[in-house]
Amino acid sequence: MSSSTNTSTHHTSTIGAIGAPSRRNTELALLVFAVVIPVFAYANVGLAIDDKVPAGLLSYGLGLGLMAGVAHLAVRKFAPYADPLLLPLATLLNGLGLVVIWRLDQSKLLQSIKQAGTAAPRQLLYTAMGIALFIVVLIFLKDHRVLQRYTYISMVGALFLLLLPLVPGLGANIYGAKIWISVAGFSIQPGEFAKIVLAIFFAGYLMVKRDALALASRRFIGLYLPRGRDLGPILVVWFISILILVFETDLGTSLLFFGMFVIMLYVATERTSWIVFGLLMSGAGAVGVASFEPHVQQRVQAWLDPMKEYTLSQQGVAGHSEQSMQALWAFGSGGTLGTGLGQGHSDLIRFAANSDFVLATFGEELGLAGIMALLLIYGLIVERGVRTSLAARDPFGKLLAVGLSGAFALQVFVVAGGVMGLIPLTGMTMPFLAYGGSSVIANWALIGILIRISDTARRPAPAPAATPDAEMTQVVRPS
Amino acid sequence: MSELTLTVMRLGFLAVLWLFVIVAVQVIRSDLFGTRVTQRGSRREEGRRQQPAARQQAAPPQQRGQQPASGGRRRNAPSKLVVSEGTLTGTTVALQGQTITLGRAHDSTIVLDDDYASSRHARIYPDRDGQWIVEDLGSTNGTYLDRSRLTTPTPIPLGAPIRIGKTVIELRK
Repeated sequence: MSSSTNTSTHHTSTIGAIGAPSRRNTELALLVFAVVIPVFAYANVGLAIDDKVPAGLLSYGLGLGLMAGVAHLAVRKFAPYADPLLLPLATLLNGLGLVVIWRLDQSKLLQSIKQAGTAAPRQLLYTAMGIALFIVVLIFLKDHRVLQRYTYISMVGALFLLLLPLVPGLGANIYGAKIWISVAGFSIQPGEFAKIVLAIFFAGYLMVKRDALALASRRFIGLYLPRGRDLGPILVVWFISILILVFETDLGTSLLFFGMFVIMLYVATERTSWIVFGLLMSGAGAVGVASFEPHVQQRVQAWLDPMKEYTLSQQGVAGHSEQSMQALWAFGSGGTLGTGLGQGHSDLIRFAANSDFVLATFGEELGLAGIMALLLIYGLIVERGVRTSLAARDPFGKLLAVGLSGAFALQVFVVAGGVMGLIPLTGMTMPFLAYGGSSVIANWALIGILIRISDTARRPAPAPAATPDAEMTQVVRPS
Repeated sequence: MSELTLTVMRLGFLAVLWLFVIVAVQVIRSDLFGTRVTQRGSRREEGRRQQPAARQQAAPPQQRGQQPASGGRRRNAPSKLVVSEGTLTGTTVALQGQTITLGRAHDSTIVLDDDYASSRHARIYPDRDGQWIVEDLGSTNGTYLDRSRLTTPTPIPLGAPIRIGKTVIELRK
């Protein structure tokens, strides 16, 4: 292996924390801020809809504050040097999501078609479970490098989770996409958890194989072409994501997993050619599947011509929905500054107004200014993840952090792009904002792992590792 | 509720939301200044660099070795360890009296991703007087200080390159 070729090609400016303070008080201050904003929003919705401060304001504020406080104490105890921004940012998004879900619960239109009414209390319960899992991750995952031992178990686990919705009797076909399983009356989206498990597998696998993937290549018009046999892993992952697309008919999940692999492959090998291959392969795969899969075709049609889809649904043609067009109108009527919380008509989206299309409500009631702030908050979470990856001192932690934040970023892109009409709509949900237990719980676990990695990376005095070899080495100490 | 109150609340909410974003960015900013950003370039670019820090890195090892010989140890105590070559280039570790272990083992302070490094390759620690010592932990390919292979724990002069496989580290003020 020609290992020496790699060393002269670094142009990076790398950042390492020098005696980083713990920043826990900054986190607390931001956390208080992040709880006050949703409480303000809650009062605002109540005043706009019922002309009075909602009765649940105190209990709601205390509930969110209590959960955030417990999470903060857990971070203080178990990850004292963690990044100060991740927890407040996630709390703010979760709190705003709760407010908007509650706001849609109040809609007479949605109540009349039994699409809402009791979603907010359940979402509060899911949030509590999510934060509980976050704390469990912090307590039991003392060092993220432990996860490296489970590289191949993670692969099997992720495949198992991904295939679960296809098991007859367990999987549920909800509105065309087979990404759900129903257990004991609950529907669970295993893909949300598979995202995290798969990131662990990719990080462990690429850490070991990256030299072979990066160095054994030929140069051809400015691109490093990998050898045929090194294409194996990317072909396998591509094939599996195509299978997901064909059998579960969900473009979002498929795109998320393949995209995450390509991002991690690029970060591990520093070869742009992998991105080119990844884009070509995902494009070819999506077009190929769309040519014969009717569900995917219909999604593409609805994306290309939402107005036609809307007309068809108004005429009562089965299998068409007015959602996409209503969401676009919601964004449009919001304008720059929005109609104000509680004063929009995003309930016209009807089905999935509080889950897949929750962003449309934000777009209408907070306007462009609010949507920009929300997307920036998502961007900041991703930035903190990438920054954690930069500061991490071990290759596995670097890859895992970049994989998790890349998956998070892709999910935000896929959902926001779908709702805004940039790409065909998929069945994924906006992390933290949307109504849905699996999504909230899995994303809190994701934030927990990122906090653990950032704690290890920013810890100023790493615990001196026991060196069993040191005893074997006979040395003469200068006196 | 009057139209005016609702408008004020609507704009107020947007203002508060943006204030949060700005405060968060401020926290990131202070976080950036709490750390050092080391500009690294390829060898050709380094010659053209204007920054004195970058020029110092480009200096040949012989010159660097001479610098720390003069001057008081106490005053010139190194404050950080910098990786100057290899896959971890640019990584810094603050020196605060702790032992720093280097190797491929996952619990090392600096995890080397290098086929030429042993799993527990070397360690760097302060002795009783606060002088930093590098010690090879019986590695297969050895640890080099400047050009010589280490056989005993050796004090590290400021800025002297310590080579382990493809990785070069040095202590800086």
